[in-house]
Parts: sequence; C-alpha cells; structure tokens
Amino acid sequence: MNLDFLTPYGFWNPIIWLLVIFVALLIAYLIWLRGNPRYKRGTEQTKPFLSGYAPESKEAMRVSASNIYWGFTSALKGYYDFLRKMHTGDVRDYLGWYVGIVAIMLILYILWGGA
Amino acid sequence: MMWDFLVQHSPALIIAIPLLAAFATPLISRVSARARNIWVILALALTEIFVIILLYQVYNFGTQVYVFGASPYNLTVPPDSGGIPIRIVFVVDAMSIFMGFTASTVALAGVIYSISCEKEQTGQDKYYALLLLMTVGMLGMMLTGDLFNFFVFLEINSLASAALVAYRVDRGVAVEAAFKYAIISSLGGLMVLFAIGILYGQYDALNMAMVAYRMQATGFSNLDKIAMALLTVTLAMKAGAIPMHFWVPDGYGKAPGAISAMLVTASQASLYGLFRVNFTVFGLAANTFTLGWFLIILGVLSMFVGVTMALIQHDIKRLMAYHAISQTGYMLLGVGVGLATLGTAAFQQYGFAAMEGGIFHIINHAMYKGLLFLTAGAIIYRVGTSDLDKMGGLGHTMKYTMIFFMIGALAIAGIPPFNGFASKLLIYESVYQFNPILSILAMIVSILTLASFVKVFHSAFMGPKRHDVKEVPLPMLVGMGILTFFILLFGLFPNIAMQYLVTPAATALSDPVGYITRVLGGVVP
Repeated sequence: MNLDFLTPYGFWNPIIWLLVIFVALLIAYLIWLRGNPRYKRGTEQTKPFLSGYAPESKEAMRVSASNIYWGFTSALKGYYDFLRKMHTGDVRDYLGWYVGIVAIMLILYILWGGA
Repeated sequence: MMWDFLVQHSPALIIAIPLLAAFATPLISRVSARARNIWVILALALTEIFVIILLYQVYNFGTQVYVFGASPYNLTVPPDSGGIPIRIVFVVDAMSIFMGFTASTVALAGVIYSISCEKEQTGQDKYYALLLLMTVGMLGMMLTGDLFNFFVFLEINSLASAALVAYRVDRGVAVEAAFKYAIISSLGGLMVLFAIGILYGQYDALNMAMVAYRMQATGFSNLDKIAMALLTVTLAMKAGAIPMHFWVPDGYGKAPGAISAMLVTASQASLYGLFRVNFTVFGLAANTFTLGWFLIILGVLSMFVGVTMALIQHDIKRLMAYHAISQTGYMLLGVGVGLATLGTAAFQQYGFAAMEGGIFHIINHAMYKGLLFLTAGAIIYRVGTSDLDKMGGLGHTMKYTMIFFMIGALAIAGIPPFNGFASKLLIYESVYQFNPILSILAMIVSILTLASFVKVFHSAFMGPKRHDVKEVPLPMLVGMGILTFFILLFGLFPNIAMQYLVTPAATALSDPVGYITRVLGGVVP
C-alpha cells in the first residue's frame, strides 16, 4: 500500500515524519547526555530562587485550572462577557435561539433558496 | 447457504440484535450481573461483526438495499405499488455504513468500559438496556432510507440518551441536564415530524429517494423550503452546532463517561441526517450554494465559540463538551464547502477533498473525543470530582490513563502523526482554496484546542501527588485501548481509512442521482 496520503496541495507521509522525529529526539538525547555532570537532583541546586524569598510549598505555587489563561481571558473580557450572557442555562432561551435560527434560515431560503 | 442468508439480512440484523438484546437485558440481569455483562458485550460485538460484513458488501458490490417484509428482500418497488416504494427500505450506501461502523465501534468500547466503571451503581439492567436502545437509534438513523423511519429512530435515540444522561440521579443536576435535553429533543423531534408531514403531503411518499425524485421533477416549492429549514436547523441543533448548542455541555457534562462518548456518535447520527437530507433529498432541487454557506457559517461559529468557551471551563467534562461542539464545526465546514461547490468545477478541484476532510473528521472525532471522555470518566471514577482545580498529580499513579489522554489530546489538537492531523490537513488545504480566511480560522482553533488540553494535562496529571489513587480496572483500559487503536491506525495509515471508508462515503454522499437510481431501480415512475 502506498503510504503517501494525498492532499489538494501535495502529500503527507506519517512514517517519514515519525522517522524524522525519532532522529531529532535521538540528537536531543545525545545533547542531553553531554549536560553538566555536576547537576544533582533533589539538592539545593534544584530549589527555585525567588529573589531571596523562601518559596511556598509546591501545592501553593501551582496555578489552578481556572487561572491558567487569565491573561488571555482578561484581554478578551468583552467577548467573554457576551458569551457568558448568552449561556443563561435557561431552557426557554435555548428554544429562543432555535426559533431564531429557523427564522433566519427561512428568510435565506425564501430569498435565495431555489436552484 | 447460511452465510449468504446472514449477509443478505445483515442490515436488519444490525438493528434487530441490539434491539432484542436490549429488551432481554433486564431478564438476564436476574440471572447474574456477570451473565448480563457477557450478554451485552456479545450483542454489541455481534452487531459490530455484521456492520463489518455489510461494510465489505458495500465496498465490493455498491449500495445495498433491504426492504422489510418484501420477497425478494431487495424489491424496493413492487409491481402492484403504483411505482412507489411502499415498505420500509434500508438503503446502505458507503456513507451510511461508514457512520454505522463509527457508532458501533464506540458503542462496543463504551460497553466494555462500563463493565467496571458502572459496577458499583444501581439500576445497571436499565443502564445497559438503554445503552443498547441508544445504539439501535443511532444505527437506525444511519441505515434507513425512509423519512418517517428516520424520525422513529431519532426518537429512540433521543429518549434513550436523555434517560442515560439522568442515570446518575444522585448527582442532582444530571436530572436537570437530562430534562433540558429531553425538551430540546422533543421540540426537535416534533419539527422533524412536521417537516416530514409537509414533504409527505406534497409528494405522497416517505422514501427519501422517491421524495427527492418527485421534488426534482416538480420544482422546489415554498413548502419544501419550510421543510428544509426545519430539518436542517433541527438536525444541526441535535448535532450541537452553535448557537443551538446549549444542551451539549449540560448533557455531555453530566452523563456517565461511556455515555458521554456515545453521545458524541449520537450527535453525529443527527449530523449524518443533516448531510443526508441536504445532499440526497434536497440536493437536486435546492440552491446548494446557499445551503452550503449556511453550514459553513454554522461550522465556523461552532469551531470558534466552542473552543473559546472550552478555554474558560474548569469542569473537565464541560470543557470536553465544548470541544465536541468545536470539532463538529470542522465537519460542518468541510462538508459545507463540498455542498457549496456541488455541481461546479470547483467541486472536483477542492470541494470533494473538503468533503473527504469533513467526513474523515467524523470518524476521527468519534475515536479521539470518545477516548477523551473515557479518560475523563476514569479520572472522575478515581478522584470523585470533575473539577480540574481539585485535581493534580494523577500522572504519578494513573500512567496508562495519562498516556491515553495524551494520545487523545494530541489527536484532537491536530498534532501529527495522530488521526486528527490527517483530516484537518485535508480541511485546511481544500478550504484554503475556497476561502483562505476560513482555513486560517480553522488553524487558530486548533492552536486554541491544544492550549486548552495543555491546561487539562497540567491540572489533572502534572504536579505533586494530591490524591492517593491507583490505575483504573482493566475493562476500562480495554475500552480506551480500542479507541486508541483506531486513532493510531488512522493517524499512521490514513490511506486505509481513506480508501475503504472515507472516499467511498464522500462519493456516495455527493451522488444523489446514484442513490435515487439504486432505490428506484433505474426505472423511475
């Protein structure tokens, strides 16, 4: 079987891609092997340095799921405010959107529906 | 002889086996839980085998028709019927069986997974009976060639799904989610029935091929436009397209893990119905350019709003539900471009490839989103919460679940060499030729999808150990493993899916004349 997956602009071969990735990982591993031999896991070397302040516990330092993309969502506050307002959780609103879209579709089809 | 008999009747057996198994399940449950589990797995395994047999038949011999109660079984238009297919006809073309294979595979994985996941729950006899009925509903919608029959299976699918969403009544809001889903489904079902009534009133037929033939002969009337609007918008709502998606995060979010995975294929059954009526029933008479653009707009909205809503979720299943909406957008976009270019030179240049991409994405999405919902169910099974803020460090102990999650997450984000990449690549390249902005939007959505799943991975699996839990039981891993197998298979060898499933499906869907001719026997009245 031909492994080339043909697309409108060319082709894609996952097996070749995998081989390339394997070689890249091998090179990365070889570079890693040549790393600093004085590095010792679990010693003072590996503790975070926060300008002299004592670091908090690992649990306290963890960014929670709700806050991970805080910057992104804050930048798009207006957009998200609109979306939150749209998601009321009220089933009557769900039906309202449905009726609205049926109406739009009907108008579209009355105007440009015929073959 | 026996083999030929089974092959001939495989379209009926695909429905009959899970249907009869569903009603027998409560009885077998009284013998023992083990007997019931074996019974249910056997029923769905047998269904899967018949689907594969039918897939082989369709691939080698073309569209199969099966007429209930007729002798011979493929007599669609009896000599004394006045030229009308009067019985219920199953028309299994490459698109139908492609969908059937997708649905039955996810159902089989889901039921194996449920054996352990639902072991401690009460009412398992009802759970499995409903699960089988849900499978019947999905498969019936995909195989039937009759509009009223489609409505019946849609109702079976909706009722069983709503009941299963409410299965964990102890979690309170599950009932509310099921109630909303039931209302949406009831209204949708009513509108589908109304649309079918309009078509029946005009064309005196319920068979899709017959309706399409007569509609083409008499012209596209205003009543047809009303029927088409009702069918298209209702099925888009049932498929979870924005802005009619509101039931999706509620329903998917509160259902048990395996049911969430199956709700993906249940929604895809409606998506299939949407494509089927638009191409086969209305495709020859209506303005497909307008209709195609309508699907494209719904698709782009679903992709973008779905993924941006997913980014702000901290409930793992609601987050995945919004991603399901977003991924449905890719399918609508790909097939919408195919529909908008149908019958033009552009269809051969890139429209067909866009359709192939959209259709390929259906099976890919069912596999990786099914897998992701199963991993979410595994996490909830062990940790007892779906709140990502309360999770962490599960990678220390739930290593296999983590690997399955990573495969699913990379696949949905379209990272090579997983299956999501192959279908998205087809969509990007073909849609780019139609309209570059749409393609760029699709790529941005993939980047946001990856960002969202990095969040889930970080929150659930990384960091210090917060829960003293162990890996999930073997049947749950097997269920996840089945779907992972197809993700890797279709990712590493996309040509297998393309050659045997996707290209024949896209060819069948884009050929309404072939469909009509096959059903009406080439001698149309």
